Amino acid sequence: MIFKYEIEGGNFTKAGNASSNVKKTLKQLNVNPSIIKRIVVALYEAEVNVVAHAYKGEITADITPERICICIEDDGPGIPDIDLAMQEGYSTASQKVREMGFGAGMGLPNIKKNVDQLNISSQVGKGTIVELTTFF
Amino acid sequence: MRHDTFYHALKVDAEKCFGCTHCMNQCPTSAIRIKDGIADIRKDWCVDCGECMRACPVDAIYVEQDDFETIFDYKYRVLLIPSVFIGQFSKHIRKEEIVSILHDLGFTHVYQVEYTADIVNQAMLKMAETKGNKPHISPFCPAIVRLIQVRFPSLTDNILTIMPPIDASAIFYKELLLQKGIPSDEIGMFYVTPCAAKIAAANSPVGEDKSHIDGVINMDFLYNKVFHYLKQNPDPDRGKDLNVPDLYDKGILWSLTNGEADNMLGRCIAIDEIHNVIEFLERLETTDEIQNVDFLELRACDQSCAGGVLMAGNRFLTIERLKKRAQAAPSVSLIQEDEKYREALNYLEGKLQINKIPPRTMQPFGSEMEEAMKRMEQVRNMMCFLPGIDCGACGAPNCQSLAQDITRREAQLSNCVFLQRMMEKNKKLNSDHAIRIIEKTWGKDRLDKDCRKKGAKYEGM
Repeated sequence: MIFKYEIEGGNFTKAGNASSNVKKTLKQLNVNPSIIKRIVVALYEAEVNVVAHAYKGEITADITPERICICIEDDGPGIPDIDLAMQEGYSTASQKVREMGFGAGMGLPNIKKNVDQLNISSQVGKGTIVELTTFF
Repeated sequence: MRHDTFYHALKVDAEKCFGCTHCMNQCPTSAIRIKDGIADIRKDWCVDCGECMRACPVDAIYVEQDDFETIFDYKYRVLLIPSVFIGQFSKHIRKEEIVSILHDLGFTHVYQVEYTADIVNQAMLKMAETKGNKPHISPFCPAIVRLIQVRFPSLTDNILTIMPPIDASAIFYKELLLQKGIPSDEIGMFYVTPCAAKIAAANSPVGEDKSHIDGVINMDFLYNKVFHYLKQNPDPDRGKDLNVPDLYDKGILWSLTNGEADNMLGRCIAIDEIHNVIEFLERLETTDEIQNVDFLELRACDQSCAGGVLMAGNRFLTIERLKKRAQAAPSVSLIQEDEKYREALNYLEGKLQINKIPPRTMQPFGSEMEEAMKRMEQVRNMMCFLPGIDCGACGAPNCQSLAQDITRREAQLSNCVFLQRMMEKNKKLNSDHAIRIIEKTWGKDRLDKDCRKKGAKYEGM
């Protein structure tokens, strides 16, 4: 089953829309609440990343009885050094974003902690694709 | 008392209900459907919040209560009254007068519920020191505990497993009587409730094997009884010989909004009204916006128990009176100072902890994942055809609920009045059949002219 959601860059009040919908769906499918919690935490982080750094993005969630795969694709500046971005505390967030309580440099590390598989590919100046997979 | 798995106090009066959908649209768990022209409450989804009763324009939803005469089955009839009960009466009516009337009505002992609030508070603070799963959630409001079980199962571990003052007081006062040598079966413990949820909690408790309450009396019923007695038997000296000890300030305010939050440690947030609570818990579950919160006081009613669905008085006046009373009240709990209560208090302290609260998921598509996915796919297909107007004319609160009901074979696509028109247009349904379908949902002759219905020209005649 495929679900698609759009993300608007810079609109923090709407961040969490996709996570909230995915959560609702997984609850209705009786996925273990603690697994749902981890997926939703990871997806929310990924959503906030797009809002904070990119111009716009799209989320595709593919759910089967065994697993959920979520692909978050954005049009944005891209990540020049993915290994560096994966380090805890490293952040490129602007002052404005930090003032809103985001941009602590925990986004990607936190996503990695909460999913079974994480793939990131990025092209500087074009955008980033983050793929998360968690097995139920 | 009954001890059903999902006992609910809210009932629908089939004579009064005319299937107006007000309750169906208000239910926070979408547990109501209209069948044969009458509201039907789905037992396993209902959390006893009473929103349906509040929404009903014709008082067709009522709270079932035990026959008042059953109190006389017991030789010792103990009545536990919450502070909001006294708060409903004007300041010119002294609590001694009220208690004196309650004695006249047949109760041998009358106690205020919140005498044990401080002991409960201390147990909550002690548990909060070591318990993980923050923010801790108050166990006070039974509708909220049930809401979390049904809609937020991942948060059940956050609930502090300490019984609320009502249960603590029932144990404490019963123990005092038992210590005097009175046999247990001669003591009846009765509670005056401001809401439906507490009746359901007494009948099928969560986190406890059996209830400590033998009977529940609706607050509006008792308020009327007391007020009536007061008007018919005026007596300026009533209750003069009684000594009803004052509740301390914390106890008086405990059941109001911030009553608990003001007495817990760290960052505490109080939220009242069930839709507000749902909005907040959705955020808590999905985002990391709510961090470093230590304690959540969540209450289903606006203004907490002062806004209970069975309260007779205006909630804002009740709060004002109680706040004034609290200002004049002592700030220490008298029962804890008093030696004669020591033994019963020790006994109570050993009983305060309740069992873990189990989740009780709604499972709209059944418990099997593969089957659930199939049904969810069906719903998504049906949503392509349903109009998305959420008019409720099918007897379900919105198109999504109708589609879910269809996957459980509880409804059909032709229940939708808009799809009916499309089917008629495409000659797949004749108009007589369409009317029969509507009558099945809304009752026979529901669409006939009726000048006596609510809002019509001969209403009430």
